[in-house]
Amino acid sequence: MDILNNILAGQVPMELYLGVSLIMFFAGVYGFLSRRSMLMILISIELMLNAADLNFVTFNRYLFPGQLEGFYFALFTIAIAACETAVAIAIIINIYRNLSSVEVGNLDQMKE
Amino acid sequence: MAHQIIFFVLALIIATFSILAVTSKRIIRSATYLLFVLLATAGLYLLLGYNYLFAVQIAVYAGGVMVLFIFAILLTNKPGENLKTELPVRRVVAGATAVAGLAFCAHLIYWNIKKVTVLVEQADITPQQLGHSLMGTDKYQYLLPFETISILLLACIVGAIMIARRR
Repeated sequence: MDILNNILAGQVPMELYLGVSLIMFFAGVYGFLSRRSMLMILISIELMLNAADLNFVTFNRYLFPGQLEGFYFALFTIAIAACETAVAIAIIINIYRNLSSVEVGNLDQMKE
Repeated sequence: MAHQIIFFVLALIIATFSILAVTSKRIIRSATYLLFVLLATAGLYLLLGYNYLFAVQIAVYAGGVMVLFIFAILLTNKPGENLKTELPVRRVVAGATAVAGLAFCAHLIYWNIKKVTVLVEQADITPQQLGHSLMGTDKYQYLLPFETISILLLACIVGAIMIARRR
């Protein structure tokens, strides 16, 4: 009821933003656990990181307006996610060159 | 009112395409759906009033990271071949984990956050303010993380070249 009153009063309540990022995060969890290709697992990780960014920014905007901690946290998380993707894709390309496959089931051949 | 309509359109786009991205059979489609999710998230940042974060999200995620993804997909994927998923048992377990976590967190959010729903007006963040807080060492200023990120980026460039080069 509170949510409905807020929507009618012309505001988007905070829990709707959190709900959107919740759906994004658990879609990422499902993809991470159910796919075999390493690139799909990386896409799922990107979804989860993106949901975390959205949460930082939402908490900053709703609970601490006028301050910028969540904003900078999201900014630095985006930079770290870009680094992580670049290194992960370099590793995946290297694995593909050695095993001609990017499936996680084949990865135990790497130790030979 | 327009604010709410834009929010619900973006939320619908994010929910639909993030689920499609992890269930699609072809990996290039998954990457495209991920691009839509990232762009809609950038729209939400704009809606919350963080214009700089919107620009960063478009440039770094929707630009740089997506180019890397498409490059890697085209390098490693054999054309016309569908992706294999895990065994059905694993998929059911994964789905159950995701739904259980979703229900638990939704319960927590609904019972704890509903007290604070007021969106206070906030002045736009000026470029001067951004520059000063990124380039200072006082409280609420972020020179140290900024420099740490620059070293991380350098290490990342060197590492990626070292890993991916042909021996």
